[in-house]
Amino acid sequence: MLKYDSVAALCGAAEKAGLSLSQLVLNDQAEEMGESSDVLYDRMKNRLAVMAQAVKAGSDPGLRSTSGLTGGDAAKLWARAADGGMTGSFLCGAMARATAVAEYNAAMGKIVAAPTAGSCGILPAALLSLVEDRGLPERSAVMALFTAGAIGMVIAENASVAGAQGGCQAECGSASAMAAAAMVEMMGGSPAQVAHACAMAIKNQLGLVCDPVAGLVEIPCIKRNVAGVVIAFSAAEMALAGIESKIPVDEVIDAMRRVGDALPCSLKETAQGGLATTPTGLKLQEQVFG
Amino acid sequence: MNVFDMIGPVMIGPSSSHTAGAARLGFAAYKILGQKPVEAHILLSGSFAKTYKGHGTDKALIAGILGFQSGDERLRDALALAERAGLRYTFTTGELPGAHPNTARIRLVGDQGRVCTLQGSSIGGGNILVTELDGMEVSFTGQYNTLLVLHYDKPGTIAAVTNYMAESTLNIGNFRLTRPEKGGIAVMTIEVDDQIPDDLLDGLRVLPNVTRAILIRSI
Repeated sequence: MLKYDSVAALCGAAEKAGLSLSQLVLNDQAEEMGESSDVLYDRMKNRLAVMAQAVKAGSDPGLRSTSGLTGGDAAKLWARAADGGMTGSFLCGAMARATAVAEYNAAMGKIVAAPTAGSCGILPAALLSLVEDRGLPERSAVMALFTAGAIGMVIAENASVAGAQGGCQAECGSASAMAAAAMVEMMGGSPAQVAHACAMAIKNQLGLVCDPVAGLVEIPCIKRNVAGVVIAFSAAEMALAGIESKIPVDEVIDAMRRVGDALPCSLKETAQGGLATTPTGLKLQEQVFG
Repeated sequence: MNVFDMIGPVMIGPSSSHTAGAARLGFAAYKILGQKPVEAHILLSGSFAKTYKGHGTDKALIAGILGFQSGDERLRDALALAERAGLRYTFTTGELPGAHPNTARIRLVGDQGRVCTLQGSSIGGGNILVTELDGMEVSFTGQYNTLLVLHYDKPGTIAAVTNYMAESTLNIGNFRLTRPEKGGIAVMTIEVDDQIPDDLLDGLRVLPNVTRAILIRSI
């Protein structure tokens, strides 16, 4: 049985066994949960399918959230992606997918919390962009979700994946780290590169606060999903280029916990600080709840 | 914790705590009632009270009470479906002193007259903790198969129940006993790792001093 308390240890175990991180984790989880790897693979494949469906449904230009505050922005990004936008159709398409899933979540759509509902757009955007735009096999994305899950478990164990506990770095930061790790594996990177990608993604969101307007999972959460996937791409690209995180991944995760603890309560999902208490944030709150 | 807690749950948005957790609380109440619910009176406290409309917490609770799980797409239309199913419901907001910020108190009436009052909290990531049932302090998450055994607070009752479970080769993961007053009705909350066979309850119910046994399969 594996212990999910160190990314370095997990990556070391994978290297030693001559397995990808995802295969190591799948084998371990099958044993832990007393089910066959085929059953777990199919369950994960189903989650990828829910993600793909959420991208599709969330791309509807007429979509609106329950509060009426958000919706329809994914379609705007798809229109840009169609002719390459500024960042190229690949990155712009990934941004559109992240927006679509996050907006669909706000509209009471069916999503996969990954690791949370507030950060649910990042992993689908990363993985499905590689499958749909780069032609990587679906199997590689399903397997990569096991890698992502393992990274999430270590973060949950040693820091937090809840905005109320660690701020947005714990939600979008974790999702971004999970996505970066997953993409490195899909692109054929080594377990050591997976660890570096994970570290670099977290480093670039360290300290990000959770300050949702009206306490709703909409403003700024949806746009932070877009930034989260872009950071995941940058971290994965750096790792695949052979760039290493000078601070080891497990120390980065520990720093994330300490930063989260140091954040005031007003910046941890309470809607009592940051963007939530700007004049416009307060006005929008009044508009929704009266 | 396993990988599906991180890549999951599959849920209806927007919030794991305010939507998915609320649906699971409603579902727990539905399972405990064990009848078709015809009335639901729900008190929302803390953050639930302040933000329930924007998060669809009301729809999620009613969906659970109708027996829908947190990933069921009917959740969005739960209020309309409640009317069609003959479920009358009311929502009120208030403060429950000392309760977790996301807490609901649910009173259900079933079509055969059974009444059940449950209080529970959504504690993050779609996870719940039920803290009170029919005035008795309990503590269970619904993640495991959970047995609630109501019984007279008399010597030998716990031994009889646990012996019976041992004979059925069931391993007890967590055990908690609460009793509002000495000698009155007490409740055992027993979380079990294994599958619990249906006939176990029949065996428990006929044990001396046991008044009611409820099984909540992991949700």
